[in-house]
Amino acid sequence: MLLQGKSITKSFPGALALDAVDFNLLPGEVHALLGENGAGKSTLVKCLTGAYRRDAGAILLDNQPINPRSTLEAQDLGIGTVYQEVNLLPNLTVAENLYLGRQPRRLGLVSTRRMNAGAREILSGYGLQIDVSRELSSYSIAIQQIIAIARAVDLSGKVLILDEPTASLDATEVQMLFSIIRHLRDDGLGIIFISHFLDQVFEICDALTVLRNGRLVGTAKPADTSRLKLVNMMLGRSLEEEIHKEKDRTASVDPVQLQFKNFGRSGHIKAFDLDIRKREIVGVAGLLGSGRTEMAELLFGAVGHDSGEALAEGKPLRLTSPRAAVAQGFAFCPEDRKRDGIVADLSVRENIILALQGQRGWLRALSKSEQTAIADGYIARLDIRTPDCEKPVGQLSGGNQQKVILARWLATNPRFLILDEPTRGIDVGAHAEIIRFIEALCDEGMSLLVISSELEELVDYSQRVIVLRDRAHVAELTGDAITTSNIIRAIASDGHEDKVLAS
Amino acid sequence: MNPRYLPLLATIAIFILAYALCYSQYPNMLSTRVVGNLLTDNAYLGIAAIGMTFVILTGGIDLSIGSVIAFTGVFIAVLLANTSMHPLSVFALALLIATCFGGLMGGIIHTLEMPPFIVTLAGMFLARGMAFVLSTESIPITHDFYDTLQDVFFRVPGKGRLTLVGIIMIVTVIVGVVLAHRTRFGSYVYALGGGLPAAKLMGVPVARTTVCVYALSGFMAGLSGIVFSMYTSAGYSLAAVGVELDAIAAVVIGGTLLTGGSGFMIGTLIGVLIMGLIQTYIIFDGTLSSWWTKIVIGGLLFTFILLQRGLVWVTSRARI
Repeated sequence: MLLQGKSITKSFPGALALDAVDFNLLPGEVHALLGENGAGKSTLVKCLTGAYRRDAGAILLDNQPINPRSTLEAQDLGIGTVYQEVNLLPNLTVAENLYLGRQPRRLGLVSTRRMNAGAREILSGYGLQIDVSRELSSYSIAIQQIIAIARAVDLSGKVLILDEPTASLDATEVQMLFSIIRHLRDDGLGIIFISHFLDQVFEICDALTVLRNGRLVGTAKPADTSRLKLVNMMLGRSLEEEIHKEKDRTASVDPVQLQFKNFGRSGHIKAFDLDIRKREIVGVAGLLGSGRTEMAELLFGAVGHDSGEALAEGKPLRLTSPRAAVAQGFAFCPEDRKRDGIVADLSVRENIILALQGQRGWLRALSKSEQTAIADGYIARLDIRTPDCEKPVGQLSGGNQQKVILARWLATNPRFLILDEPTRGIDVGAHAEIIRFIEALCDEGMSLLVISSELEELVDYSQRVIVLRDRAHVAELTGDAITTSNIIRAIASDGHEDKVLAS
Repeated sequence: MNPRYLPLLATIAIFILAYALCYSQYPNMLSTRVVGNLLTDNAYLGIAAIGMTFVILTGGIDLSIGSVIAFTGVFIAVLLANTSMHPLSVFALALLIATCFGGLMGGIIHTLEMPPFIVTLAGMFLARGMAFVLSTESIPITHDFYDTLQDVFFRVPGKGRLTLVGIIMIVTVIVGVVLAHRTRFGSYVYALGGGLPAAKLMGVPVARTTVCVYALSGFMAGLSGIVFSMYTSAGYSLAAVGVELDAIAAVVIGGTLLTGGSGFMIGTLIGVLIMGLIQTYIIFDGTLSSWWTKIVIGGLLFTFILLQRGLVWVTSRARI
C-alpha cells in the first residue's frame, strides 16, 4: 500500500466535512475520487496534503505514519499536487518554474545554462521539446498543465494528486495528458485523479472511490461497475428504491409563458428548446459539470447566448444582460450563495432591497421606511431568523441567507424565477420550508426553473424534469415518468447508447 | 523574438533615438563630458530607482524613498556637524537605519496584509517628519573627507569625468542586475510579482522576500541619500521631495510592469538616463522652461503604459 488514509475525520464549524473516511492507494494505480459538490473530495485531498489539519484518523505513506502540516511538507514527503488553476507562475520561464527555489548554482549564482539544460531533460521525459527559456504564459494551458505535473513529480515522486486536470483541455490535449498519466503510472507512481467526467474516469482509472456528504460510499474497479451504478453511488439512490410523486401534480394547463428556441452558446451549453408555462415548476437534473449552472446563467443573461431567441407570449425578449432579464421579470438565485448571492457586509434590509432598487433605478430611491417595511414583510413571510433587519446578512445561517436572496427577488415580483441549488448546505428545517415555498409560489402563478442534485426533491415538486449531460439536454421527463431511477438512467446513459436508440 | 524583451528594446530604442535627436542639434552632447555629467547628476535617482525596481517587481510600491533620502542627508549633516564621528561610520549608521526602516515597512506589509501604498505613505511622512525633527535648516557639510571623496574621479578621453557617485551608481546597477537575474532571491522577487497564491504553493519564502525587498529599497534610498549629500554638500529636510515619483517613472519607462513580475534592472538605468537626457537638452537649449522635462516624461509614461497593456494583450492571444 502506497498511501493510506484511515478513518480521516474533519469538521468545520457547523458541518462535518469528512466522517471517518478510509482511502487506499496502490503504487502504479490511477485512482479516481468521485462525488458531487460538497461530497468531501477536496477536503480529503487537503487533509492528505496537509493543507488542512485533520481532526482524527491516520495517514500512512509506505506504511509509515505521516503528519504533513503544509503542502510543501507533503511534497517533501513525496505527495505532489497539481491543481486545476493557480499552479505555476506565468511570468517566469518554463525552466524557472521547474526549478524555483532549487536552481542549480555556481559560486552562489544561479547557472541559467545548467538550469535550462536540466529543464529540457525533465520535459523530454514527457515528450515535450519546447524552448524552456520562454515565459510559461506563452504556452497553452495543456502544456502548462504538463509542466506543473513535471514539477510535482520531480519534487515529490511517490504520489501525484490531479485535481480536475482536464477541465479546460480539449479532446486531443486530454489524450496527451492521459498518455503521460499512463506513463507515470507504469513508472510506479500512485495517482489520485479527481474529475467529474465519467468517460475519462472509465478510460484512465484502475480504481475508484466515491464520497457523498463527507462519507465513503464505496470503492470499486471500473471493470466491475457501470456508469449507472456509479451515478447511483454518487447521487445516493439505489435502483430498487423508487420514489414516486407523493402529490399528484398534474401538468400545468396554463398557457406557455416563455419560449426559448434553439437557445445556446457554443462552448457553454448546446442549443436547446424550452417552453415554460405559467404556474409550472421545471426541474433540472444532471451531474456536476453537466451544464446545469451554465444553462441558468444563459437564461438569465449573465452569459450572452449566441444562438436562438427567447419569446414571451409570442413577443421576442432581449436577454443580453442580467439587467435586461430583470426588466423582463426574471429572477435568479445562484448556486454559490456566498460568492454570487449575498453581499455579506450589508444588512438583511439592504440585501433584500437590492434587486428592487436596481430595477427602479437610482432616481427613484426607496425611502428608509419603505425599505424597512418591505424587509420586515419578507422576514415575517419567509420566517427569516434574524433579530432585526439591520443585522449583516453574513452573520446569518446558510438557510436564512438563502431566504434573504429569495426575498430579494420576490420583492421584484418576478414572473420567472430560476433557483440554482436552492437547498444546498442548509439545515433540514429550512430545507423543508424552502420547498414548501417553491410550491406556494407556483400555485400563485409564477413559473419556476429549479436546478437541484437532490433528486427526490426534484421528483417531489417538478411537473417536468430536464436532464443534462455533457452540456446538452438529453432527456425530458413528464408526468409518471418522473422518478429518481429514470433520472439516473438518463444521466448515466452514455452518448453511444443514445445513437443506437436513435438509429 | 521573446516578447518579454520588447519593452526593454523599446526603451533602448527611445534612448538612442532621443540621443541622436539631441546630437543632431547639439553635436557637443555626445562628448564624454556630457555623458559623465549625465551619470553624476542622476546618480542618486538611479540608485533609488534600482531599489524601487525590486519593489515594483514584487507588485508593491515604495513611496518613502524621497523622504528617506532627505532624512539620511540631514542625519549625516547633523552628525558630522555636532560629533567627531568619521563620515564612514556615519554612513554605516545611516545605511543601517534606512535598511531597518525599509525592513520594518516590509514586515508590516506582510504581517498585517496592508497595501504597500498606505504603509510606505505613512513611512514617507514619518521619515520626512524625522528629518524636520533633526533640523529645519539646510546644514552645510564641511569635512575634509567629503572634499577627498568629491575629488575622486577618473579622467576619460575627451575631458570627461567619471566621478565617485557615478561609479557608485554603476556598481549599484551591476549588483542589481546580478541580484535580480542570477540569484534565487531574484527569482523569488519575480515570483511574488507573478502571483502570491502560486508563489506560496511553490514554496517561495514570502515573508522573508517581502521584508528583504523593502529593506533593500530602504538601503538603496539610504545610499542614494549619501550620494545626494556628496553631490550637494549639504543636508536639508526639504530636499528630494517627489524623488519617489521620479523613480517610479524611471522604472516604468525602463519597461518594468507596474503590476509586477516583469522587467529588467538595466531598463531602469536607461529610464533614468532618458529622464536625465531630457533635462540636459533643456539646459543646452537654454530657452525652454524646465517644466518641459515633466511634460515629456508624462508623455513617455503614457506611451509605456499603453505599450505594456498592448503587450499583455498580444501575449495573451499568441499562445503556442
